[in-house]
Amino acid sequence: MSPPDSPASDEALLEVKDLVVDYRTRHEIIRAVSGVSFSISRGETLGLVGESGCGKSTTGRSVTLVQRPTSGSVVFAGTELTTLAPSRLRQERTKMQMVFQDPISSLNPRRRILDIVAEPLNIWQIGSPEDRLEKAAQMLEAVGMDPGESGHRRPQEFSGGQCQRISIARALILRPLLLVCDEPVSALDVSVQAQILNLLHDLKHEYSLTMLFIAHDLAVVKNASDRVAVMYLGRICEVAPSELLYEEPQHPYSAALLASIPDPDPRSLRDGAPLTGDLPSPADPPSGCRFRTRCPHAQPLCEQVEPPLEEIAPGHLVACHFPEATRHA
Amino acid sequence: MPDSQKRLGPLFWICLGFIGLVVFGAIFANVLPLPNPDAQNYAAVNAGPSLHHLLGTDDLGRDLLSRIVFGSRVSLVVGFGGIAIGLAIGGTLGLVAGYRSGALDTVLNAGSFVILAFPPLLAIIVIVAFWGRSLPKLTLIIGIASIPSMFRVIRATTMSYANRDFVVAARALGASNRRIIFRELLPNVAPAAISFALIGVAIIVVLEGSLAFLGLSVALPTPSWGNIIYEGASNNNLQTNPFIALWPALAMFLLLTSLNLVGDRLRSYFDVREGGL
Repeated sequence: MSPPDSPASDEALLEVKDLVVDYRTRHEIIRAVSGVSFSISRGETLGLVGESGCGKSTTGRSVTLVQRPTSGSVVFAGTELTTLAPSRLRQERTKMQMVFQDPISSLNPRRRILDIVAEPLNIWQIGSPEDRLEKAAQMLEAVGMDPGESGHRRPQEFSGGQCQRISIARALILRPLLLVCDEPVSALDVSVQAQILNLLHDLKHEYSLTMLFIAHDLAVVKNASDRVAVMYLGRICEVAPSELLYEEPQHPYSAALLASIPDPDPRSLRDGAPLTGDLPSPADPPSGCRFRTRCPHAQPLCEQVEPPLEEIAPGHLVACHFPEATRHA
Repeated sequence: MPDSQKRLGPLFWICLGFIGLVVFGAIFANVLPLPNPDAQNYAAVNAGPSLHHLLGTDDLGRDLLSRIVFGSRVSLVVGFGGIAIGLAIGGTLGLVAGYRSGALDTVLNAGSFVILAFPPLLAIIVIVAFWGRSLPKLTLIIGIASIPSMFRVIRATTMSYANRDFVVAARALGASNRRIIFRELLPNVAPAAISFALIGVAIIVVLEGSLAFLGLSVALPTPSWGNIIYEGASNNNLQTNPFIALWPALAMFLLLTSLNLVGDRLRSYFDVREGGL
């Protein structure tokens, strides 16, 4: 897959500010997302990476308001979504669609795939019933499925990769502006991963999509994204253009994540200590910097003051008191 | 949808056939060439099976086959009618509660626990004793009693689908809640509901028998399977003519077996295998 070459315009399609999402359990409130802000320009792909449980999927769901955020603002194409009336939200939300991690759970096992892909048109009563099936068939072809041969079969007859293609067809049939991909290839074989990533890349250009690409695999995100945001325990700790992030990670957590990518070249050496310990509970995050309990460079200051997300170079934001650049200097 | 390899098997069709036969008999009992189930013939008391009386007669000389066929009406109306009430109310509430969760679910769930905490037979006995025991009343009472368990089964099944990604996708696509419940959830919940409903019918048929033994089913001499078994077990009839109790008990046994087997086979037939990945 070639690096994205679409010129990202400066106009922000999606602007998220101070997003907070709490999950209530019987005994405690878990703050899955704790004040996340970012924006995505039209035509841009923002990668969102982090360990399991860091809140990246929840962020994706809150952006589409499938999960109601506890507080914060989501401005999409100039419209504030969090305060929108339910009926308007229903309509506005069709311009942002999702592709999920689990290909099997993504599709209703009792429906034929042609109906699954045509369902968005049925919901909004677009065109005649024949038109809808025709459009669904075209959409299936666009994602590399044969509608004549497979349209009348049901999801369990397909492989994981094929199910993801069907999910993508369903997500794109209403011609959305934003596609939120929540770990779209994590459940797939490596060879199939590449096919789906290439498909997403092609469709992105064909349908002029803006994408939020969520993954825990940095190698996958690297090629797919223009910019990458790294999340840790419900907060963003670093945002940078993907080339820059991979070459000069500034946050110790980003550095550790990058160091954990298996490298086929035994001679290449990367700095950054491997991570030890577990992710602390988001119900009771550490004081000050959230990463300090696992950070190899933690200082007393980190315990007391939470570092804000600050721009240390144009387009490069880091939330760390002692970013790599200053430590080496 | 079912795989082409999956088969229901001959036993399924035999059992479905038996259920069909019982239902057919109950509907057309008046038209069938059967003697009056209440006509007493003292010339042929406790007769064995013969051409005149295919299953023999009871201690009052009434034709047993006719009584069983007419008696099936009570069992079937109470069974299917009661479950229909339970499914309509409990099933609908279960779908909504399982999908929406939240406060509504908490209230309904707690309510179902409260009702389930009463021993159902005891509750039914008390209500029947005070309110009366006509067929519609009996059906209504048993139907209401079946609501909480129906609710719980449908709610649990719905919950197992409500958080799947295809439901989230439908919401993102702008589907209304009603559309999600009917188009996305109901087709997945229906097989389990039908299967559980058939087993529920079987349970109610037995329940009618228990009520008859306590003299709380429809009033005698109207035959019901429970009433006939009860009569066959009283007045020393078990010693003199065990067939009075045996035939309706056999009919009940076969119906229950058939209902259970049909319900179970249907469930596994419509079960979507998800291990494909």
